Amino acid sequence: MSNTTSAALHDLTVRALARQLQQRQVSAVEVAQHFLDRAQAHQALGAYVAIDAQATLAQAQAADARLAAGTAGPLEGVPLAHKDIFATRQFPTTAGSRMLAGYQSPFDATVVSRLADAGVVTLGKLSCDEFAMGSANENVAVPAVGSDAPTPVRNPWDTQRVPGGSSGGSAVAVAARLAPAATGTDTGGSIRQPASFCGITGIKPTYGRASRYGMVAFASSLDQAGPMARTAEDCALLLSHICGPDADRDSTSLDLPAEDFTRSLDTPLAGLRIGVPKEFFSDGVAPDVRATVDNALKEYQKLGATLVDISLPRTELSIPVYYIIAPAEASSNLSRFDGVKFGHRAKDYADLVDMYKKTRAEGFGDEVKRRIMIGTYVLSHGYYDAYYLQAQKIRRMIADDFQQAFQQCDVIAGPVAPTVAWKLGEHGSDPVADYLADIFTLPASLAGLPGMSVPAGFGAGGMPVGLQLIGNYFQEAKLLNAAHQLQQATDWHQRAPQGY
Amino acid sequence: MALTPQDISRIANLARLELQPDESARLLTQLTGFFDIVEQMRAVDTTGITPLAHPVDTIQPVALRLRDDLASEPNDREANQKSAPAVERGLFLVPKVIE
Repeated sequence: MSNTTSAALHDLTVRALARQLQQRQVSAVEVAQHFLDRAQAHQALGAYVAIDAQATLAQAQAADARLAAGTAGPLEGVPLAHKDIFATRQFPTTAGSRMLAGYQSPFDATVVSRLADAGVVTLGKLSCDEFAMGSANENVAVPAVGSDAPTPVRNPWDTQRVPGGSSGGSAVAVAARLAPAATGTDTGGSIRQPASFCGITGIKPTYGRASRYGMVAFASSLDQAGPMARTAEDCALLLSHICGPDADRDSTSLDLPAEDFTRSLDTPLAGLRIGVPKEFFSDGVAPDVRATVDNALKEYQKLGATLVDISLPRTELSIPVYYIIAPAEASSNLSRFDGVKFGHRAKDYADLVDMYKKTRAEGFGDEVKRRIMIGTYVLSHGYYDAYYLQAQKIRRMIADDFQQAFQQCDVIAGPVAPTVAWKLGEHGSDPVADYLADIFTLPASLAGLPGMSVPAGFGAGGMPVGLQLIGNYFQEAKLLNAAHQLQQATDWHQRAPQGY
Repeated sequence: MALTPQDISRIANLARLELQPDESARLLTQLTGFFDIVEQMRAVDTTGITPLAHPVDTIQPVALRLRDDLASEPNDREANQKSAPAVERGLFLVPKVIE
């Protein structure tokens, strides 16, 4: 440890940590222990739902051995925590649900094993909304580490506010420096929105780039994994290891070779055409968010990019379309939770059907039940055409709108969410309020396009605001290039919440 | 669209969810509120539009693969049954189904 003190380890990026580990300036065990200590010191945030220091340190020791033997992977010894939606052999996998409390997966998700192959050490599992259904990380049914009862996750920029969701624990762990990076999943904005609310960087790749094998399924035609970190460069490094074909285990995985998404980070932005959809700057956007996003767009102009007015006319329609398709697929996916092969089973029941009904009544939380009900209804006899099929048709129209827009621009930019993070409990028992707040992340999800959130400054109450960048299919490298160049010119992504 | 308490109970039965009376009443209100925002979608003219299942199908045909029907996984029954609620001699236990 010649060039660093342990107090500064948590301020290092993934890239810097990887380099120091490769140069043996610091050991994987020291790094892992440092983050485990921080996770414990800040457990009141509720970010972690599972920690197993012994398992983590054993992984770190193995990483140190490979570093010593010269057989290290490119990210050898870099610690990372996984959203608790990824199946992991060494840690419980709960998806934030009572239904899966204590569940031990017999296998690792492909994303988990791909990162492990690159040398990553797992710090633990991070809180999320139950089955990734939520936009505030308030729908949690399992206790956080150090807590006896289920706890919502708190935003380190203001602990009275939500971190966003559903990858809220991931965003908080990275923002509060309890992990240098984390995995997340994005179905309707679950990487981008918490990244925006917590002032970090996150990317969801093109649908089909990352394997869904071992990701507890929510809505299969939308779910995608992606990295959350402090910088675009770290996201590019991690995404390069996350993505790749998984032909035998995910039938929707695209047959595209793994890519080096860091390859064009340094490309100058002169001449880049940034499409600005007028629907993303409507009256529904809070003035502080709008001003912050406008300011970030001015930075892009200084970097040589030009802004192009575009239109995504069906932006508002994406809310009902998404909230038909996602619950429909969820109701089907969640039918596997029947109290037979794994998970919770009710204690008392009269017969098999009664066992199913009581098991599911006890195991699922309110939001999950709501979505199962919506999904079951729209798929039921006589309603399928009017709802699900109609939604899938408008989904194509929304995707086609993007293709029209990309004839005029290279990337699309706008706010991630209409407001900064709201107060815990503020949306109360009105689920539709949460749904409406997803308006700007849903269109890219429905179209399966890559999208990211990049810190763009601060709005009301000093809360972070994210700039959303959306690229055309397979244009992740271009998105990351645009984000990296902004981060070379600004320091919003380097700010840390006070006390962390 | 007006949902009725009978709709809620029919859907809950299809979804194999037991609902308490207060839960059913709350769901009726919430689902009715939800279907209000769905109405705008039903008015869209989608004549001649093909439903989009795999999003990348927007720009190129995507064939969903089936792998060969071969046993490729090792037999790991013990690990697979570790999280089962009730197991006996390697079998999953369920309430009596056939009288």
